[in-house]
Amino acid sequence: MTSPILNDLIALTEHHRAACKRYAHYCDTLYQKDSPLGSLADLPFLPVRAFKDFDLCSVAEEDVFKVMMSSGTFGARSRIYIDRETAQLQTRTLTAIFGEAFGKTRSPMLVIDSESTVRDRNRFSARTAAVNGFSMMASDRCFALDNDMSLNIPRVAEFLQEHNGKRIFIFGFTFLVWQAFCGALRAKNQKLALKNAFLLHGGGWKKLESEKVSNPQFKAVMADRTGCVDVRNYYGMVEQAGTIFMECPQGSLHASAWSDALVRDIHTHKALPYGKVGLIEVFSTIQKSYPGHALLTEDIGLTRRAFDCPCGHPGTIVEVHGRLPAAEVRGCSDAYN
Amino acid sequence: MTIFEIDAGQLTDGLQYQSIKAWDSVGHMALMAELESLFDIMLEMDDVVDFGSYNTGIKTLEKYGIEF
Repeated sequence: MTSPILNDLIALTEHHRAACKRYAHYCDTLYQKDSPLGSLADLPFLPVRAFKDFDLCSVAEEDVFKVMMSSGTFGARSRIYIDRETAQLQTRTLTAIFGEAFGKTRSPMLVIDSESTVRDRNRFSARTAAVNGFSMMASDRCFALDNDMSLNIPRVAEFLQEHNGKRIFIFGFTFLVWQAFCGALRAKNQKLALKNAFLLHGGGWKKLESEKVSNPQFKAVMADRTGCVDVRNYYGMVEQAGTIFMECPQGSLHASAWSDALVRDIHTHKALPYGKVGLIEVFSTIQKSYPGHALLTEDIGLTRRAFDCPCGHPGTIVEVHGRLPAAEVRGCSDAYN
Repeated sequence: MTIFEIDAGQLTDGLQYQSIKAWDSVGHMALMAELESLFDIMLEMDDVVDFGSYNTGIKTLEKYGIEF
């Protein structure tokens, strides 16, 4: 498996080995020094859990300008140390990936969440980070949900009226879009005129597992209730904010120019070929301030070659099937139950 | 600078994104909206992202034909 970002990742491994003592110690213990790094599978990787159990930082304390946290419901939360450079890389990368999918015009943004989610600036959860990160691509912002997570249809209607004729950017976590938006519209037997809109949603399907909602079904209900047919999912995590895997018009989640993925056997952690199911490992080239460039996730799925998808995007495809059953319920967006 | 509630004296190159509490991602959005309505311009996505300090901001606004 050759990857266009392999050399960048080798350089990052060296950078973090030199800059982060704990990471160097980890690598020295588990990997032979100077062992050949001929493919992604040869790179030292950290389990995402490592950021819960250890402080892993590759910059001086005074250069850390924000700490991102996963909002784990149980146990410790991941702590991700961001310096100015990495923050800028995150935003630029996210903007580039977003622009490639939807264009670079800033649209009015309909957030399927409540304002209280982002109001507390000090409680930096994954959901806050996502809403605020994507707000950079927006020109105006309306929160569709009240603090009790109920849909405020009059407020949404007023916002749509105000931006009549413009393309609307709808953003939200998958379970909120399904339950609090589509679900509320269905329950009230109401429809919204969002034909000229696009929806970006992420955060995972795990909260909808019991409802057995498939992506096509999600899209069908969205189209029926709002007329919106440009619906894209993304796969990403707070430990690699910025380099999201974006769903293409054909329905595949592709790696960006700054990321890649492979799958490892759940028990042996041996790298598996395309199409085999295992634990997803994600790679990203923008992590300068913490050693998060090669992470073994707790997500089960598989990878496919880019050219298996007719859309023409060159990025490796990931297919996410679910969370490792033994994994702690992490709930990156669990503030609402 | 009523958005950040700061004095004109603080408008130096030291004023950067995240250098004061009010200029966080939420404050950034408010600042962009205020500049757009004040100067009647529409900033492009890349310019919003790169608007990282008072000085870069001045350069960006000059690009949109605003004179200082």
